[in-house]
Amino acid sequence: MSSAPPSSPPPRPVPKLDAENRAFWTGGAEGHLNIVHCGDCGQYTHPPRILCRHCQSENVAPKAVAGTGVIDTMTVNHQPWAPGLEVPFVIARVALDGVPGVFLTTNIVNSPVDQVNFGDKVRVTFEQQGDIFYPLFEKAN
Amino acid sequence: MAREAYITGVGQSEVGVRLPRHPLLLTVDAVNQALADAGLTLDQIDGVFSFPGKAQGYLAFSPVGTDDLIEVLGIKSKWQMGAMEQPAQLSAIGMAAWAVKEGICRHVICFRTVYEAGGMANPAEYMPLQQKTTSGSSQWTSPFWATSAACWVAQYAARHVHKYGMTREQLAQIAINGSKNALLNPNARAITKEELTLDKYMSARMISTPLCLYDCDRFSDASTVIIVSAGDALDEIKATPVRIAATSGSVDRYSWDQVEWSAAYDAGPDLWKNTDYRPKDVDTVQFYDGFAFLPITWLEGLGFVEKGEGHKFIEGGTRIARDGELPLNTAGGQLGAGRLHGFGFAHEAVTQLRGAAGERQIPGDPKVAVATSGGGPMAAALLLARD
Repeated sequence: MSSAPPSSPPPRPVPKLDAENRAFWTGGAEGHLNIVHCGDCGQYTHPPRILCRHCQSENVAPKAVAGTGVIDTMTVNHQPWAPGLEVPFVIARVALDGVPGVFLTTNIVNSPVDQVNFGDKVRVTFEQQGDIFYPLFEKAN
Repeated sequence: MAREAYITGVGQSEVGVRLPRHPLLLTVDAVNQALADAGLTLDQIDGVFSFPGKAQGYLAFSPVGTDDLIEVLGIKSKWQMGAMEQPAQLSAIGMAAWAVKEGICRHVICFRTVYEAGGMANPAEYMPLQQKTTSGSSQWTSPFWATSAACWVAQYAARHVHKYGMTREQLAQIAINGSKNALLNPNARAITKEELTLDKYMSARMISTPLCLYDCDRFSDASTVIIVSAGDALDEIKATPVRIAATSGSVDRYSWDQVEWSAAYDAGPDLWKNTDYRPKDVDTVQFYDGFAFLPITWLEGLGFVEKGEGHKFIEGGTRIARDGELPLNTAGGQLGAGRLHGFGFAHEAVTQLRGAAGERQIPGDPKVAVATSGGGPMAAALLLARD
């Protein structure tokens, strides 16, 4: 009887790409964190839409933002929501620098969970899985 | 004079975990109980309202629609509504109130049926098909394994810990209070079998900080029915009517991670705009507790305490106990009595205002209650009064 194969972590759920979200989920291929920006009023719309949620202009396009931010709130998740999911890990809401009013739910990686705190400065790091580049964040210093 | 709307009948099926009884029959059980309570017969019903309507792709979540009831009960319906896109679960009752105030309907069945435990035992029939991709609002959370609403509510709760110093001992009082009250609720026997102690709570498995296992409600199978009647139809009613004195709802953005505070902080103040009642007049509150932190947002949002003070109010549990100054979730809430998904709070508010809660009846001849539902970006509240 052979021993059980080593367990591998489950794949991340895959967003279904469409006209509105494609630039967000694939921008990491060029190292870009793309957020929809309005060419008329200058404000950002997230989740991405084909019109500006502030002024309803259709003159919108994805814009690469700085990719840095601050942890606005966070939780240490202990529940394995899928078989083989390694816990604990940090789920955080990151307030993006230069993108007022936009938050991203993400994971804070490359630090032990007890070293991650409210107010920490973080920067984006992309994790590729197929066509999708997941914008995860790590501590900036 | 404007027509008023009243809750005139309440009913609840057996509440259990993996009940063998079909959810349509559970719904009919609850309807029959509510009709008997009100003293009405089916031919007097002329409207059916629900949240969220039949969930064809996920029947465990909502296995019965308004069409089903109209069909099998032979209701001659003048207006119906079953929709996910409304402020929150209890706004279905708010809309029923408008239908009778408008004179379109006289007696309306409002219901919420859940089969989330039984459905998991029969996934082929009741659970969603495995999707290859995620879309809609879940695409912004599930790719990061923020799979459950527990992870979303946890982030609001964690902010109260960080910003206002909320402790686990304080948060524990929601679940502990719920378990105490559930033990006096015959409909909660399948859900709560013993009192939750602080020791047991503190040693519980963590789900998503600061929420532990006991801070999360439990899938159950049940149907809850609320009958709403027009004020000029009360001579047909045998039970004590309870007036829907005010309703409010709020959805600012349908997004759990783009809202700064939960919608309870918007729907709360709005509840007081169309009534002379004030928080000090309220005898009991039935606050949505799918996760234990949510009642704290309702305490603050409705103005019972200042923002950031809710956890201090519940500390020690005496203020929210049945004999306290503001009895909370006197049937056990969803933490103690199962995930009835919002309607249980209206059911219990009416039961208390009628003095019909038996062993768990609060003292002092209660006349005014608040019932709420929702969390995060969605919120709906009802102010109920016995005249």
